[in-house]
Amino acid sequence: MAYNKFTTITSSAVPLSIENVDTDQIIPARFLKAVERKGFGDNLFRDWRYSNEGTIKADFPLNNSKYSGKILVAGKNFGSGSSREHAAWAIYDYGFSQVVSSFFADIFKGNALNNGLLPVVVHANFLQKIFNAIENDPKAKFKVDLAKQLFTISSTGESAEFEINQYKKHCLQNGLDDIDYLVEIKDEIVEFEKTTMINC
Amino acid sequence: MEAKTLFDKIWDAHIVKQVEDGPNVLYIDRHFIHEVTSPVAFLGLKNRRLKVFRPEKTTGTPDHNVPTINQHLPIVDELSHNQVETLKKNCAEQGITHHDLGTESYGVVHIIGPELGLTQPGMTIVCGDSHTSTHGAFGTIAFGIGTSEVEMVLASQCIMQSKPKKMRITVNGILNKGVTAKDVALYIISKISTSGGTGHFIEYTGTVISNLSMEGRMTLCNLSIESGARGGMIAPDDITFNYLKNREFAPKGKDWDNALKAWKELKSDACAVFDTEYVFDAADIEPMISYGTNPGMCIGINKKIPDSKGLEGNDKATYIKALKYMGYNENEPMIGKIVDYVFVGSCTNGRIEDFRAFAEYVKGKKKAPNVIAWLVPGSQKVENQIREEGLVQILEAAGFELRQPGCSACLAMNDDKIPEGKYCVSTSNRNFEGRQGPGARTLLASPLTAAAAAITGHITDPREIFI
Repeated sequence: MAYNKFTTITSSAVPLSIENVDTDQIIPARFLKAVERKGFGDNLFRDWRYSNEGTIKADFPLNNSKYSGKILVAGKNFGSGSSREHAAWAIYDYGFSQVVSSFFADIFKGNALNNGLLPVVVHANFLQKIFNAIENDPKAKFKVDLAKQLFTISSTGESAEFEINQYKKHCLQNGLDDIDYLVEIKDEIVEFEKTTMINC
Repeated sequence: MEAKTLFDKIWDAHIVKQVEDGPNVLYIDRHFIHEVTSPVAFLGLKNRRLKVFRPEKTTGTPDHNVPTINQHLPIVDELSHNQVETLKKNCAEQGITHHDLGTESYGVVHIIGPELGLTQPGMTIVCGDSHTSTHGAFGTIAFGIGTSEVEMVLASQCIMQSKPKKMRITVNGILNKGVTAKDVALYIISKISTSGGTGHFIEYTGTVISNLSMEGRMTLCNLSIESGARGGMIAPDDITFNYLKNREFAPKGKDWDNALKAWKELKSDACAVFDTEYVFDAADIEPMISYGTNPGMCIGINKKIPDSKGLEGNDKATYIKALKYMGYNENEPMIGKIVDYVFVGSCTNGRIEDFRAFAEYVKGKKKAPNVIAWLVPGSQKVENQIREEGLVQILEAAGFELRQPGCSACLAMNDDKIPEGKYCVSTSNRNFEGRQGPGARTLLASPLTAAAAAITGHITDPREIFI
C-alpha cells in the first residue's frame, strides 16, 4: 500500500493566496537529487520559507505559527510547470493531506492523486470564502468529506461539492494504487500487444 | 464514420482497456528516462519484486545533473554523481539501453530521442519530464508523467489516463524576419496564458507550422506544457519523413516503406471537431521576451511592461510580486534593459538550427564585456555538428566558448547557476522564480534575441541587423 487510506478530515488550514504557484517553488530543482523518497518536506517552498543564507522568512504563511493544519489552500493554477512528483511528495511529507484551489495544473493533480494527496477544486468565489474564513480566524476549521465529495467551512456551514474521478476516489479510500491494478491485468496487456500493430 | 482528430486516432489505437468510471489503460510505445525522476520508480519496482516488463521500449540518459565542462572527469557533486550512477546501474540491471555521458549518442533526452529516430509518428511517448511534449512535433502523443507513472510504465508498459480535451491552434501567414518558432510559442502562451491549455492536448496547424523545420516544430511543441496543455502535436509531412529517414532507429528498407504508408494517414479528418480553437496571424508576432515569472508574462520586444490596472485581489498581488522579483516597474520598455548572462541551450532551443542562428548573428561581432555567455549544445551530435560546420570558429572569434551537452542552466541542477539578482536572457523554457538559481532573473527569448543581447549587453531587437 503506497499511502494511508483517506478518511473524512476536519482541520484548520494554511493559506497561500499566491496564484500560478509552480512546482519549482513547491520544491526547487536543486533538492531533487535524492534517489529515495525521503525528507522532501524539509525543502517544501524552500526559497519562500528561507533566505539564501538559510534564515527563516517570517512573513511566509508556513512560517507563521498562527497557521497550521492538514489543508493547504492556494491560489488558482496551482502546481504548474515541471512534472516532478517530488512536489506532491514534499507537500504530503510536510503534513498536508489535501490542497484546495480553484484550478490545478494537470500533471500535478495526477501526481497528487497517485500519492494520497487530495486535490480539491472549488469555485473561485468559494475559494475566496475559505481565504476570508482563515483571515477572520486562523484556527477556523474545515471539513473534507471524500465519500460525499463535500468541502465545508465549519464556522459558517457553507459547503461546496467537489469532483473526483470515481476510480481515483476508490483508490484513495482504500489506499490502492494503479500499479497493483496494472500488474493484475498483465494478460490483457500481452493480448493487446499481440493483436495490435505496435511500433518498434 | 465519426470524424476524428489526429489525437483521437492515436489515442484510441492505444487503449488497452477502459476502466469503468475511470481512466483509460493506455499502451506506451516509447518510454524515456533520466536520472532525476526514475530512481524512486526503480526502487518501487524492487520493493514489489517486479522486473521491467518491456525493457526494449525504455531508453535512458542522464541529462539534468551533469556538468557542462570536463565531462571526462568524475562528477564532483556527490548527490549528482550518485543519481547519474544510479540510473546507469538501474538500466544495466534491467536491460535498458543507456546513452552515457561521453558517448556519441549522449544528450538531453528530448534532443536524442528524435536524433536517434526513436521518436516516430503515431507513437505514444512518455517520460518523467514535462517537456516530453517536444516529441509531438513528429505527430506523436507525447507527454510528461510523474514518477508513479514511470513505475507503471516500467511495470506494465501502460499508464492510466483520462482522455484530455482537444485544442487546435492555427497560425497562418508568413513569419516576419527575425521571428522564430520560439517567438510563435511565447506569443501563443502570452495570449492563452499558462493555464489556457490545461486539460487539453493541442494540435498545431496552419501555414506557419507547415513551413517550420523539425527543429522549429520541436521548439513549439516543447513549450506546449507552458500553456498548461499536456502536449502539442503536428501532423507528420514530408519535412518529418525526410528528417527521420536513415536515422539509427528509424525503420529501414521495406519496413520504412510500410511505415511511411501508415504515417501518411496520420492527420485529423477534415470535419473533426476540437473542444477549443484559436487562430493567430503570423503578421502580429514579433520577437518575444518575458518580463515576469511565468512564461505567459511575455511581450513583443518593443512593447512596454503592462500595468496592473484592471487586475484585482490575488491577481494583482501576484502580478506585483512578479515584477518586484524581477526588479522591474510597470510601463517600462524592455529594450535597453541590462543583461548579465546569456544562456543558449536546453530541450527548447539546444538544436543545431539554434546555434546556426546564434552564430550567424554574432559573426564578425564581439560579445559585450559585461555578459557571461553559456552556450550548451543539446547533445553530443549537436556539438559535433557545430564543430563540423565551422560554427565554433565563428563563436570563438566573437568571444564565445562552447560547453558540453546537458540541461545546464535551464534548471540549474548542476553548477551552471545564475547568481542572485542577475539577469539572464535564456533560450530555455521557464522563467519561474529561482529556476536558474536562487534569486536568478530569467528573460525567455529566442536564440536570435539572445545573440543580440550577448553582443550589446542589453535587451536589443534582433531585427535591427535586418534594417
